[in-house]
Amino acid sequence: MFHTNHRGRGLRTMLAGLLITLLACATTLFAGTGAHAETKDEKTLTIAVSQEVDSLSPFLAVRRLTTALGRLSYDFLTNYDPKTGKTIPALAESWTTSPDGLTWTYKIRDTKWTDGTPITAEDARWTFDTMMKDEAAATANGNFVENFESVSAPDPRTLEVKLKAPQATMLALDVPILPKHKWEKAGDFAKFNNDKEFPIVGSGPWVISAYEVNQSITLTPNKDFWRGAPKFDKLVFRYIDDSDAQVEALKAGEVDFVSGLTPAQAKALDSAKDITVNKAKGKRFQAITLNPGARLQDGTTFGDGNKALQDPVVREALVRTIDREAIYKTAYGGFGEANGGYIPSRYKDYHWQPEGDAVIGFDTAKAGQMLDAAGYAKGSDGIRAKGGLKLSFRFNVHADNPQYIQAAEMMREWAKEAGIELKVEPVSEVGALLDAGTYDILTTGWSVNPDPDYILGINRCSGLPAKAGGPYLSDAYYCNPEYDKLYAAQLAELDPPKRAEIVKQMQEKLYEDNIFVVWGYADQLEAFRSDVIASMTPQPDPGGNYDSQDGYWSWWSAKPVGDEDKAAADSGGTSSGLVLGGGAVVLAALAAGFVLLRRRGGSAADDRE
Amino acid sequence: MTELPPSDAVPHLDEVRDRGDRGARGRDGDRLRRTTAYLGKRLLGAAVSLVAVIFTSFFLFRIIPGDPVRVMTHGRPVTIEQKEALAREFGLDRPLLEQFVSYLLGVLRFDFGESFQYNRPVLSMVGERLGPTMLLVGASLAISIALGLWLGVQGAWKHGGTADRVNTGVALTLWSVPSFWLGLILIVVFASGLGWFPTSGMKTPGVTGFDAVLDVAHHMVLPLVTLVAVVYAQYLLVMRSSLLDEMGSDYLTTARAKGLRDTEVKRRHAVPNALLPATTLVFINVGFVLFGAVLVETVFSWPGLGKLFYEGLSVPDLPLVQGLFVIFSAAVILMNLVSDLIYPLIDPRVRP
Repeated sequence: MFHTNHRGRGLRTMLAGLLITLLACATTLFAGTGAHAETKDEKTLTIAVSQEVDSLSPFLAVRRLTTALGRLSYDFLTNYDPKTGKTIPALAESWTTSPDGLTWTYKIRDTKWTDGTPITAEDARWTFDTMMKDEAAATANGNFVENFESVSAPDPRTLEVKLKAPQATMLALDVPILPKHKWEKAGDFAKFNNDKEFPIVGSGPWVISAYEVNQSITLTPNKDFWRGAPKFDKLVFRYIDDSDAQVEALKAGEVDFVSGLTPAQAKALDSAKDITVNKAKGKRFQAITLNPGARLQDGTTFGDGNKALQDPVVREALVRTIDREAIYKTAYGGFGEANGGYIPSRYKDYHWQPEGDAVIGFDTAKAGQMLDAAGYAKGSDGIRAKGGLKLSFRFNVHADNPQYIQAAEMMREWAKEAGIELKVEPVSEVGALLDAGTYDILTTGWSVNPDPDYILGINRCSGLPAKAGGPYLSDAYYCNPEYDKLYAAQLAELDPPKRAEIVKQMQEKLYEDNIFVVWGYADQLEAFRSDVIASMTPQPDPGGNYDSQDGYWSWWSAKPVGDEDKAAADSGGTSSGLVLGGGAVVLAALAAGFVLLRRRGGSAADDRE
Repeated sequence: MTELPPSDAVPHLDEVRDRGDRGARGRDGDRLRRTTAYLGKRLLGAAVSLVAVIFTSFFLFRIIPGDPVRVMTHGRPVTIEQKEALAREFGLDRPLLEQFVSYLLGVLRFDFGESFQYNRPVLSMVGERLGPTMLLVGASLAISIALGLWLGVQGAWKHGGTADRVNTGVALTLWSVPSFWLGLILIVVFASGLGWFPTSGMKTPGVTGFDAVLDVAHHMVLPLVTLVAVVYAQYLLVMRSSLLDEMGSDYLTTARAKGLRDTEVKRRHAVPNALLPATTLVFINVGFVLFGAVLVETVFSWPGLGKLFYEGLSVPDLPLVQGLFVIFSAAVILMNLVSDLIYPLIDPRVRP
């Protein structure tokens, strides 16, 4: 009864053929045309990134990736020495301050934009002046010019900034200086993304020379960079969204550098061939904030935070139930440093940590005694209460952060020993709870810049919302007039060691108040192909990170592994031979699949009939 | 995603009787009137759905907790003034009604505004990603349909056989596998392990000409295999069960009695009748093509629309998610409409 149906088979073959043709046509359509194919001996450094470009305009770019691109392609007035962390000259060769601290004069380096036009003080003046006058141009970096009275360029080598009040951060103006001759024609800065004309004229060690939306950003060396040209021939930032896929791409040699590894990924990569894992001291702290009573600047309270947390004794007892060491050992797999100081230890000059009796350390028994003494007695359910105030707190954790969740679960167990109940609730939007003041305990974390001014500033009383629903800077509704006084003092103190001393006192205040409770600093985990990158400069050097540095040190200094080693493990470009092979495999797989399935169906039919 | 055919696909008694009267002159005007009514009803339904979607889209994403200004400036050293300026630029400081009206006027001009995050018109961002998504999801749809329907027919015709059991088992197993997990496994084995395919992305930077076509095809294999593997089962099962329903029908016996070969009976009599539920399924899924495959696009870093939607939601980038929601929904509504209109053509029983 089995007959071959020629028409049917013909139809199917036609269908298969049609599919393959369609596929080929479609790929042609969407393939587009890029830059020239890579030549064999070109040395490319490919970095996996998961963020997309928000804007290539430094006036608008706020993401980690794009601010880093700004760092690489535009020089700033100053930079940070990777070894000492101190400010060193960049576009500004030297600087002076007037005795009253209100006038800063920078001597601008005699060097050129990448299109050959000389860089002058007028470019710097125009950049700052535009940010002061144009709201859109202030989107990303407006904070830096907030205290500027005026900017002028009396001659091509001199930039003069007059301030409204003295500020110590004038050597930490992390603002890309833009070429006026290109930018004054840009039009509406709110709409200008700087992504139409390539290569982009800049002044940094790298030039952004191609950008394919959501796929890659290619940079080429600025051969005339005054500090010296980069060693690689090309620097490519390639999009790979998924962190596990990034790791696989590193193993396959498609990318040479990945960052943001989880402890598990770092451990797995540690034993991989030709891959080096870098455990860098973190620039980010992990913390919880205890709701001290959400309120506006005028004192109007809102939200529904548990009032027991307004009692300093309860807060201290709660902090005594946190074993910071255990959190970093377990939740962070040993990749991190337990430390209660607000500014991470990698910033040696500003970091402070409690010592001796000042330490509010892990001691659940002592926590219990403190609460007993303060009249918080255990109820039948083992939870303490006083006058209707039950020590039962909502603990909202970032749902997308497994380490936070694990640490929170650990904290819940410890708190229980002291008669405090923590109800751990992971949420996708912690910020909305903070806005409304409808929380008891929240997880938080901040990346700290070399200059600590901003991160200290968010805890001022002026960081509280001025009006209900209005914008605010606070992350914890912290407000302590003594802290505010110290803040003003450090900002006006132009002598770095004296300023650092005040910064440390501020951290001590924060620590004692137990509202902003830092756990410590998780390591920044990165990995790179040691058969491609021979060496590069970390920040801080040694022990620091390569990715998202405050400077261009890593990618500027990266040295490729010598040619003979390089040939074996060429990264980046796929040669056309491989591509052809791949294409053939696709077609073969499709065809084979079809034949196979067809045969399977056929043989089954044979069996049955 | 399986959906039953529209309820009025079930033929009414008088409609069946109608067919007996076909050719009677008096009925012709009646038919035209009813055809028009059928068309009108469907078009009206689609229009009402679309309006509902446009209204919902605006409010839906404003219910999600999240302040775009706060999320976008998080961790950045910004001043209160910068935050206020952003809110002004996004129009978030204006009364809700005013925002709604300007959104509506925009949609009418087919203008969904500018993305908060990217400072670019939503439509041009969608345009950029439409190609990659249609390429990947379209190709996977075509292959899954062809593969699923064909295996479904084979399975039902020889149901209970080894091939049927194996095929159905394999399809169901793959159907229950999470796509991102399967994708990762394929990457681990075939990309970083054996090195046959690239781990992710759509093309190698800097490759041009015909090489670029092959390059895209090369990049597409693993995501395509992943997508096909996890979805072809639904076509297989729908086709298989609807063909099984037909198997015992008298008309097949009649056809066999006429002396037709088995394959002829299958191809010309059974399959056309059993194709109807599958057709509905196909059209519904074609509507969903635009939505892409968020997880697969993410695992393979495929620069498509699904990923864009995900990125928009995490802010929330209101103009972006509103625009995408309207566009996605419009595609589904349109394809449902097309399926409603085509149905009577392939099934005489539902002709008005």
